[in-house]
Amino acid sequence: MNSPLLEARNLRKDYHLPRGQTLRALDDVSLNVNAGEVLGLVGESGCGKSTLGRCLLRLADVTSGSITFNGQEITHLKQRTLRSMRPQMQMVFQDSYASLNPRRRVGDLIAEPLRVHRRKDGSPHGREEISARLSELMTLVSLPEAALLRYPHEFSGGQRQRINIARALALSPRLIVADEPVSALDVSVQAQIVNLFSDLRAQLGLTYVFIAHDLAVVRQISDRVAVMYLGAVVELGQADQVMHSPAHPYTAALIASVPRPEISGSARNPVLRGDVPSPISPPSGCRFHTRCPVAQPRCGQERPELRELTHGHHVACHFPIA
Amino acid sequence: MISSSGQTTAGPWVQATRALISNRSAMSCLGVLLLVILLCVFAPFYAHHIARTDPFISNVAGTLTVNGQETDIMQPNDNPLHLGLSPIGPTWHPRSYLLGADSQGRDLASRLLYGGRNSLLISFSAALLCIIMASAVGISAGFSGGVIDIILSRLMDIMWAVPVYLFAISLSIVTITQGLHIGPITISSNSLLVPIFIIALVYVPYAARPIRGRVMTLRNAEFVLAARSLGVPEYRILLRDILPNILPSVIVLAPLLTALALLAESSLSFLSLGVQAPAASWGTIIQDGEGLIYTRPMVAIAPGLAIIITVMALNIFGDGLRDALDIRETSRRNG
Repeated sequence: MNSPLLEARNLRKDYHLPRGQTLRALDDVSLNVNAGEVLGLVGESGCGKSTLGRCLLRLADVTSGSITFNGQEITHLKQRTLRSMRPQMQMVFQDSYASLNPRRRVGDLIAEPLRVHRRKDGSPHGREEISARLSELMTLVSLPEAALLRYPHEFSGGQRQRINIARALALSPRLIVADEPVSALDVSVQAQIVNLFSDLRAQLGLTYVFIAHDLAVVRQISDRVAVMYLGAVVELGQADQVMHSPAHPYTAALIASVPRPEISGSARNPVLRGDVPSPISPPSGCRFHTRCPVAQPRCGQERPELRELTHGHHVACHFPIA
Repeated sequence: MISSSGQTTAGPWVQATRALISNRSAMSCLGVLLLVILLCVFAPFYAHHIARTDPFISNVAGTLTVNGQETDIMQPNDNPLHLGLSPIGPTWHPRSYLLGADSQGRDLASRLLYGGRNSLLISFSAALLCIIMASAVGISAGFSGGVIDIILSRLMDIMWAVPVYLFAISLSIVTITQGLHIGPITISSNSLLVPIFIIALVYVPYAARPIRGRVMTLRNAEFVLAARSLGVPEYRILLRDILPNILPSVIVLAPLLTALALLAESSLSFLSLGVQAPAASWGTIIQDGEGLIYTRPMVAIAPGLAIIITVMALNIFGDGLRDALDIRETSRRNG
């Protein structure tokens, strides 16, 4: 077992809305990301997975809790201090177009991190060093070098995501938080980008936090999976465990809702009914009890803690599926 | 999609310039504007070498020669009793009072060109100064947010609440009686800097608000967040990511603000609150023509037409500029 590269303890993130309301986007989230592993983060839209991704990299401030990166507490570091740690942790965003400045050439965009960060010995990166690194990066993400002279809008979504990945890799980070990097892409392109992530991880020994709402994508790339519901982690474990023998009714419902190409006489009933409750006034007790098929009276009163069911398999449920 | 050739693509600025050049109405308006500017620049040449008059000296007793005949500049009125005198009307002869004379017997054509110099100088400088001030306000409010934004935005709201002309007129009345004292600098009340400064100031909220809005949108743009996650310092984000993206919005404001400034300048000068005699501007010439509107309407019509042509050219050119600089549009066309 490796030591955790990134450790989050009891993270809470509140957004203050007008009229004194509070939206709790993250509610007591704790998880570890071990060096070299891929942690998949799944959940429906609005469950807080993107917020968690941003908080982990301190791109958004948490209300309480602590984040430790590589043994160093970074929860309250000033952005200025944090800047020197940025080379080690990078992010890839969902919208490949919005995350690239439309007025700068691709080469300029990818060179930006090399220009603003110094080398390990404290000297700035030289011009030739940067251009050598740029060609290296283009090879890594399988784009022609000619792409460096072009503007982001000239590329397809998949190519733009490769540009984003190249930029994130420029400083040889240890951790990459990928925030739904393939959800905006065509299915055929999704597979290419997921494979690129896998290849890069094998080649460069990267650690990923891979956020997605598509279980198939997460299953393909992740070592461990965390399932989120309404700002909280409800299940966490090895990808196989979680996918094949889910312990939380919500995870089971998510897996059951994935359309399967099988011929059956009757269409299955939807497993989950109703919408996700508003995070402004979440349900009491277990947050899932309003939609849970196996809810008991206790679920509406007492909030289940995340507990270890079997080795490495955690679940927040009073009545986990055996 | 990228092609296999290693050719460089034209940058957004080059593309915008190309789009502008291929826009016929915008280019013809630019031509009109350049012609107006050129004519006004050569005002002294016209006055001294073609019309051979001094448009700043009253010439009520003078005579001129039209078609070989000597005529008085001030002529008896055509009413039955021939009471009173009117300046001569347009001769349509460039060497002798092309557009006629004003009430003081001065060559209207020369005064129109000299007036245009002041009107254009004031409106272009006021627009430039206004854009500089508005950018400073809009960018600091939009980028810093928080208390700075609240203070600056409320200040703009207060200025916005006062009607532009009322505001400009009140400021002008004060400065015309006292001059302008900014710290150690004193600007005399008949300096052109006074109307420039006043017009620039009153339009600051109109320009600052859209700039602030644009900066606020960009500040939360994903590519700014991406830059932050790369560890790019804030000043560099402002310089390299935000400024180039607000520049088109700022540039688009320029011709429209110039047109507004020209109208404001003419209005203030018409009310004797802008350019001060003996200097001329299109506004002061319209005022001169007010008393002659029934006998010699040309004195008011000529500067009025000059204003209309210039403002229209500025607005149509501004529209073309906006179309050319719309980067979303161009990317969709190509993508």
